[in-house]
Amino acid sequence: MAEGIKNKVAIIGMGCTRFGEHWDRSAESLAVEAFEEAIDDAGIEKKDIDAAWLSTCFDEGNVGKSAIPLASALKLPYLPITRVENLCASGTDAVRGACYAVASGACDMALAVGVEKLKDIGYGGLPDFSQLRGIYNRQIFPNQTAPGQFAMLATKYFNRYGLTREEGKRTIAKISAKSHANGALNPKAHLRRKVDVETIMNAPMIADPLGLFDCCGVTEGAAAAIVVRADKAKDFRPDSLYVKALQIAVSPEEEYRFQEWDGTHVEPTYRCGMRAYKEAGIKNPREELSMMEVHDCFSITELVTYEDLQISPRGRAKEDIDDGFFELGGKIPCQSDGGLKSFGHPIGASGIRMIYEVYKQLQGKCGERQIKDPRLGLTHNLGGFPANCVIGMTIWGNEP
Amino acid sequence: MKGIIDYGVYLPYYRLKRETIFRAMSWFNPGTAGMAKGEKTVANYDEDSLTMAVAAGLDCLKDVDREKIDALSLASTTLPYKERGNASIASAALNLSPNTRTAEFTGCLKSGTTALISALIAPDSETTMICVSDCRLGKAGGTQEQLFGDGAAAIAVGNEGVIARLVGHYSVSYDFADQRRMDWDKFVRGWEERWIREAGYSKIIPQAINGLLTQCGVEVNDLARVIYSPLSMRDHMAMAKLLGLESDQVQAHLIESVGNTGSTHPLLMLIGALEEAQPGEKVLVASFGSGSDALLFEVTDEIRRFKSRNKLKSNLDYKGELENYTKYLSFKGMLPKEIGIRGEEVAPTSLSLSWREQNTVLRLVGSRCKACGTPQFPRDLVCINPECGAVDQMEDYPFSDKTGVLFTYTADHLAYSEDPPALYGIVDFEGGGRYWFDITDCRLESLEVGKPLQMTFRRRYLDEGRSVAGYFWKAMPFKG
Repeated sequence: MAEGIKNKVAIIGMGCTRFGEHWDRSAESLAVEAFEEAIDDAGIEKKDIDAAWLSTCFDEGNVGKSAIPLASALKLPYLPITRVENLCASGTDAVRGACYAVASGACDMALAVGVEKLKDIGYGGLPDFSQLRGIYNRQIFPNQTAPGQFAMLATKYFNRYGLTREEGKRTIAKISAKSHANGALNPKAHLRRKVDVETIMNAPMIADPLGLFDCCGVTEGAAAAIVVRADKAKDFRPDSLYVKALQIAVSPEEEYRFQEWDGTHVEPTYRCGMRAYKEAGIKNPREELSMMEVHDCFSITELVTYEDLQISPRGRAKEDIDDGFFELGGKIPCQSDGGLKSFGHPIGASGIRMIYEVYKQLQGKCGERQIKDPRLGLTHNLGGFPANCVIGMTIWGNEP
Repeated sequence: MKGIIDYGVYLPYYRLKRETIFRAMSWFNPGTAGMAKGEKTVANYDEDSLTMAVAAGLDCLKDVDREKIDALSLASTTLPYKERGNASIASAALNLSPNTRTAEFTGCLKSGTTALISALIAPDSETTMICVSDCRLGKAGGTQEQLFGDGAAAIAVGNEGVIARLVGHYSVSYDFADQRRMDWDKFVRGWEERWIREAGYSKIIPQAINGLLTQCGVEVNDLARVIYSPLSMRDHMAMAKLLGLESDQVQAHLIESVGNTGSTHPLLMLIGALEEAQPGEKVLVASFGSGSDALLFEVTDEIRRFKSRNKLKSNLDYKGELENYTKYLSFKGMLPKEIGIRGEEVAPTSLSLSWREQNTVLRLVGSRCKACGTPQFPRDLVCINPECGAVDQMEDYPFSDKTGVLFTYTADHLAYSEDPPALYGIVDFEGGGRYWFDITDCRLESLEVGKPLQMTFRRRYLDEGRSVAGYFWKAMPFKG
């Protein structure tokens, strides 16, 4: 096996805007804000940057195609820039591009910026999916939305593990309640209020069995990261974030086209997780990880991710949820910043936002929501649906 | 010897009680009180005459091999396309050979019987399937709204395994304009009912029937069953007296359970007669619409071999109530609703892509890997089985006639649907193959993991701005 990316690069500066419905802000202004915070944080200047990656997902209602919008917004001087689009996992992929470029020696300093503007379409939820997979999509895909696709995961999970609808909904409601509580402590979060389990369970139905509070917000925002070689990181700051793993796994769509997938887990998460643990040298993630930021686009997604990442045994995440294992004071706090659920989900920015939380937690800068002595943090970013998705994962440590 | 060799029926799942219509519209027209009895069939929002014709054709194909069909005729006054072969779409959805000769009979309510005569007088060696379907619309509060039902019938005509032999046929054609529609009309326009009954219905049908009996040298009392289209229940009864028929000779008109299904109706009633007929019996059917066609059949011993002689009955029994008049109006495009900006999003349809992918989209033909035997949909070059991965080793594999079970599902309130919440799920086909589909003709409460399903050809969307009806297959509860 290849030796991997472990300890080859480090993040020396990050920025992240407040996430929310920015009716009065353009995508470009959000990108500038995240970028300015990142270069201030790193103590560098724009001219120090050699290359950049821009992640955005829905293009027409957002900044449009290509890397030009980033060059134009930040006035980057004719730099090599690439736009990355890998659905909701775009942000992680942009960071991966920046890290690989630096690790290869092709450049000394690289920038990743993720931004998404979603609220200029005139209706709630994500933009219409009828051309998500091109113009053929409309003719042969069901009339689907993201909540519906993830609801099918919940239907099957409840059925397979014998959870009544009430038990199932209560279990996933606890996940949302936890993330809302964390988000309430985060000044940059979109939805900053606690919500109790009963409210979550009784909320209006979005896609059966998922209710309103089982779904993350549709949010706008931007996040940015600056990457250098690990051996240079100390020149910039004493508390850089050192990469331990960067992995992507993409579904070949066997899940909904071949009768093997069990419908209660996300296969690319499992595959990506195993590769990331190997790359990072993690033998027992339940014992070794300090924190996780997973892709909780829906409460059920977070539940199956606990199992796919081998934190909880298959079919038994409920026990860990009931024990508070993933809460802020638990063994592995999950979504300490509120997650997609509460911090929000500006698609192209989310993967970088997750890393931003690991970065701040490992630096001990998270105030009320600070986790005690975190050393190793994981991010998990999902683009697509349970039955066909892109998973991007990263693992970071506070030591090289 | 040419005759009927097989038949199929399709009545849409929904029934609307006439009392429901009357309650909603009696403030406007209390005169329909006398008609507010029984129920009528209503096509779902994702159905039209074309999809219903296909459903009847698929029912017919349970008892006759596809490969035997040489020609397909569609008969209807309500086909969706004026230019673009509706019958060619149906032929593909029925997964018939591209060598099938297709034709469309339209313009009047005798189009179904005219198509049947044309099939019967075609060369002896030729097997024709005719699919007759109608989905006519009366304006809110009118008698036509109460009377009209939606439905389709299919009849296969050939010379082998004939269950009802053609004895003779007789036609009259008149410009008797009892009902009319022009290009731009959504609703049927009529004339005074007394005139239709007295000057047309009670003259033209007897003329056709008596003409046929004379031509064939057959007496009225030689007939086991006589079928003629109903104007109303009362008129149907009065006609029996006029023709000198005993009540047991008169085939049930189905108005109280189905309504008048236009071009389909005489053939739907004919199928009703065939389901009860005995060998040797003579059955006469006459249509009404811009004239009349009358056909005389003699039932053969082959009727005993015909296995599924309960197609009409099972369709009459398989139903769910459309409890809401405004939902009916909406399904019929008579109620402009607030569909929201998400609902207004209409992605384009590529017709060149549709042509390239016709086997997938219209025929629901996927593939089976010759290397590992895995059925898969849609067809790809590389086998989906991760243990196989063979390249370009695929053979065609049809899924439209396969049953399956529901692997998982949801009811989506966010997706825009004409009948929210949108139901969809993943289907595991018996014999292999898995895919995700919209689910229709049921409610969330009736779904469960493992539920048996079958496939149904539906209109997935109607892009009125670009004049495209997007057809594809959906899953529905197993009907049998």
